[in-house]
Amino acid sequence: MAFLEIKNLRKAYGANNVVENFNLAVEQGEFVSFLGPSGCGKTTTLRMVAGFEIPTAGNILINGKDVTNLRPNQRNVGMVFQAYALFPNMTVAENVAFGLKVAKRPAAEVKARVAEMLALIKLPQMGARYPYQLSGGQQQRVALARALAIKPQVLLLDEPLSALDAKIRVSLREEIRNVQRSLGITTIYVTHDQEEALSMSDRIVVMSEGRMEQVGAPFEIYNYPRTRFVASFVGTLNIMRGKVVDGAAGRIEIDGQQIATARAIPAAQPGQIRSVALRPEAVTLKNGVDATGNLMRGAIEEVHFLGSVVRIRVRFKEHAIWLDTFNNPSAPPPQRGQPVTVHFGREDLLVLEGAEPG
Amino acid sequence: MKQSRFGPWLAIAIGTLYFVLPLVATFEFSLRLRRGEYSFDAYAIVLGDPRFQASFLYSTVQAVATIIVGALLIVPTAYFIRLRLPRLRPIVEFITLLPLVIPAIVIVFGYLRLYNSSSWIPLTATTRTSDLLLTFSYVVLALPYMYRAVDTGLRAIDVRTLTEAAENLGAGWTTIMFKVIFPNVKVAILSGAFLTFAIVIGEFTMASLLDRPAFGPYLQLIGANRAYEPSALAIIAFIVTWACMGLIQLFGRGPATAKR
Repeated sequence: MAFLEIKNLRKAYGANNVVENFNLAVEQGEFVSFLGPSGCGKTTTLRMVAGFEIPTAGNILINGKDVTNLRPNQRNVGMVFQAYALFPNMTVAENVAFGLKVAKRPAAEVKARVAEMLALIKLPQMGARYPYQLSGGQQQRVALARALAIKPQVLLLDEPLSALDAKIRVSLREEIRNVQRSLGITTIYVTHDQEEALSMSDRIVVMSEGRMEQVGAPFEIYNYPRTRFVASFVGTLNIMRGKVVDGAAGRIEIDGQQIATARAIPAAQPGQIRSVALRPEAVTLKNGVDATGNLMRGAIEEVHFLGSVVRIRVRFKEHAIWLDTFNNPSAPPPQRGQPVTVHFGREDLLVLEGAEPG
Repeated sequence: MKQSRFGPWLAIAIGTLYFVLPLVATFEFSLRLRRGEYSFDAYAIVLGDPRFQASFLYSTVQAVATIIVGALLIVPTAYFIRLRLPRLRPIVEFITLLPLVIPAIVIVFGYLRLYNSSSWIPLTATTRTSDLLLTFSYVVLALPYMYRAVDTGLRAIDVRTLTEAAENLGAGWTTIMFKVIFPNVKVAILSGAFLTFAIVIGEFTMASLLDRPAFGPYLQLIGANRAYEPSALAIIAFIVTWACMGLIQLFGRGPATAKR
């Protein structure tokens, strides 16, 4: 049985469903991210786990115990907020000790635990400072220590890095992940930043309009998006609409050129319109070398020199795709209008779920 | 083109004269008790009068009681309205403004009708309960100032997130209120408290009609019977009020509000 189970969870405000049919099982020690745009229901779901929102329907079980109707202060769930939420009237040490004092732990235990937590977040000398005397990154680390001090069963993080600048974000996400690994605590992390989710998570739940679009490991989510939404939200992706030629053989026609996928297209009828997706890094310019896989002829439409990477747009007829190549100082980028042939593997071509109107 | 500063300076001078001249004249008059020379005799008489000491002490105790009852009533109310019932805010704000609109004499006559010795809650039956009624009256009178000060203080902190953070760490409502909310609106409560203090010290109508030995009725009594002492009392009242304002400024710059 999973450590944290969310079953048929639904939240509605009047007639408006903000979360629906949400089912998830999280193993002990697992790091799961909820990823999606603003308003997709990820924070609402997290807040239902924390007890700040009451579900309209469904159940939440932690370690086999149904906590759906428990108050937030009865759940033993640690939460880190986007806005830090440190108590301004208390020092760092008092903030970290707050939960332990509320639980009436002995003073010696509180002192030892506070010291342990401050060492864990690498701020052992900051105990006497007030929150306003710390940087944003330090405040968020204190918030993490405060949440962990009570030894929660589950750690919830609600966009904890979104108020910080880019450099701090990268270092702090590594720190959060290291702390989570070292404690082995079951964690749910809400973010709209795909890089954060991809780099930190054991599994990602991609959400859109209150629904789970796809659940999977970062590798799976990035390389095998199942829906058009996941494909477009996670990473840069070329999406083209093609006409099915032979579903069993995975053949599809785009702008008069036939290409093929590695697998059969499920439930596809000849003539049906389907969307295919292709990562820019999976496409190469064919330079006279024989290649197996798919070839398409087009012309260079745009060239963006980005330093280490050159991003090129190749237009076929109706469709155009972006491809990324590494900068090569001995070979200057191609010119606009130059006819080219692009190559990509059959396994790189993903056919997204669901037929589209013609 | 250089603009003339004569107009603004004239306005400031007129304003200053309007406010300062009567005060200077009152002060000057209060020093004239001894014929032909200035002295602080009027102050010595007033400060040495046991009735002054008793009435000032009574009003001070009333002010402190008003501040405590007011804070305990208003902080949780403003907090819950901000947190749970934000739609009620305009209504509550309107209610808190009523003591400014309804004259104190009307309010106190209402109290006398509601709480007289033959009513269901006979608060005017004994001096102790009359004292209580006066405290409650002052809480109502100070409501516009206290509520606004506390509400402004609550606006400066993220009430919802701090509440949720405390709740998440296992805290119940009492802990949240006394360990998180009260300390973080301390400066706001102090602002409201000093304003309340200034109002209560000088209040006449309610204390007089409830027949309580407060500082306001004493001021009136001295004013009706003596010449120089009322002026000295007026200056003392001004100093008390200014001291309150100064304390607001002092505590308003507290370390917790220095940087957020």
